[in-house]
Amino acid sequence: MSGTRAISLESELGKAEASSRLTHAAQHPAIVRATHWIHALGFAALLVSGGAILLAHPRLYWGETGANGSPALIELPIPVNLDQSGWGRSLHFLGAWVCVVNGTLYAIWGLAKNHFGTLKDKYNALQRVTYLTVIFALFPLIVITGLAMSPAVTAPFPWLVAMFGGHQSARTVHFFLASFLVLFLIAHVTMAYLQRRIGGMITGR
Amino acid sequence: MSKVISRRSLITAGVAAGTAGGALYLARRNGLIPPDHGGLFGVGETLTYASHRVLLHNQPLAREFRRDQISTNFPAINTVMPEDDDYRREMASGFRTWRLAADGLVKQPYEFSLAELKRFPSRTQITEHICEAGWSAIAEWTGVQLSVVLDAVGIKPEAKYVMLYSVDGWWDSLDMADALHPQTLLAYGMNGQDLPVPHGAPVRLRVERQLGYKNLKFLSGFTVADSLKDFGKGQGAEGAEHGYSWYAGI
Repeated sequence: MSGTRAISLESELGKAEASSRLTHAAQHPAIVRATHWIHALGFAALLVSGGAILLAHPRLYWGETGANGSPALIELPIPVNLDQSGWGRSLHFLGAWVCVVNGTLYAIWGLAKNHFGTLKDKYNALQRVTYLTVIFALFPLIVITGLAMSPAVTAPFPWLVAMFGGHQSARTVHFFLASFLVLFLIAHVTMAYLQRRIGGMITGR
Repeated sequence: MSKVISRRSLITAGVAAGTAGGALYLARRNGLIPPDHGGLFGVGETLTYASHRVLLHNQPLAREFRRDQISTNFPAINTVMPEDDDYRREMASGFRTWRLAADGLVKQPYEFSLAELKRFPSRTQITEHICEAGWSAIAEWTGVQLSVVLDAVGIKPEAKYVMLYSVDGWWDSLDMADALHPQTLLAYGMNGQDLPVPHGAPVRLRVERQLGYKNLKFLSGFTVADSLKDFGKGQGAEGAEHGYSWYAGI
């Protein structure tokens, strides 16, 4: 099987070389490939719809409240558009459900199979820290800040919003987490392209 | 090898389909399917509505605030002055001629005057109004609990929804969980004064566990119903027909 050859090839090349020059040795189990592309789809939906929602009120505040006529923490230089948040919100929560369910399944599988412990075979320290931060900090936090903005969810769990210092703070943190995820996405896609890993995430070879 | 995989995936697919079918059956039986459940977005709407109804089954209260947290800046948006001639006349009379019509699946249909609503026991609450656009503001609201008014007209056992109407032509509905929730008010006071016209005088809805657009202004009446199919396109709200989720808990 090509799999065994690939693994021995990788050990011959050495880890450092493998991580930078890897061409066809990257192995991704089917569940990683499936959850990866489902997540990509859900995240794309969240990004587009999040932008659509933001257009309705591109001002960010700190604290509990904030509105037009009150000082903003940041006024984003984008045009206001009040007509995109209907479909935007529906698509956003559809994407959120996809990413939450899919991400949870991936994390449970990964922890059960020690998937995250094997990352060191393929990736350098900076890559590992980045991946683990995205998976176990940025994604959970963006879901929590999203839930913290819900008047329904914060009824039984008021601490969800209290720990961010208020509704508008949670919204602002949500925006910055999304911005960090976009930066990660740009770096991730660029590196995957340069290292020719995109095919491996599709076919597993 | 491929045979084993195909058998396993067949079993997995079967279990998944069975689970989904069972979940759908239970959701329907327990009233966890929102009226705008159709299409791809309907999947998300249904998951959100059903999970919130399970999460909020013991009717927790939305967050309330201190008096010193009340916003000095509370925008009034959408209709701020209805163009309706009857409304203008009512406004000129200090809303003495205004009536709130209660009908549908009730034992005693009735038209309440503002004075009659004010004679019921009142509730005052300081809550945050969260607009779907992104802004939010805190105000103190005073009014009669919708549950008290529903009790006065006597809702029939088959009642599942309360459809509310506004003078400006807007209409929207609540399920019984929100209609009977203690913080759901027919509010006639804001920040210690009569509800100002831009905020929906003489009476607006406060449904604190949902977003701003569910809080109908300029109320003219409500109909208790067992289904939302016969209202408009059956989406449960005018807003839903314009692409805004019927359930707006997030």
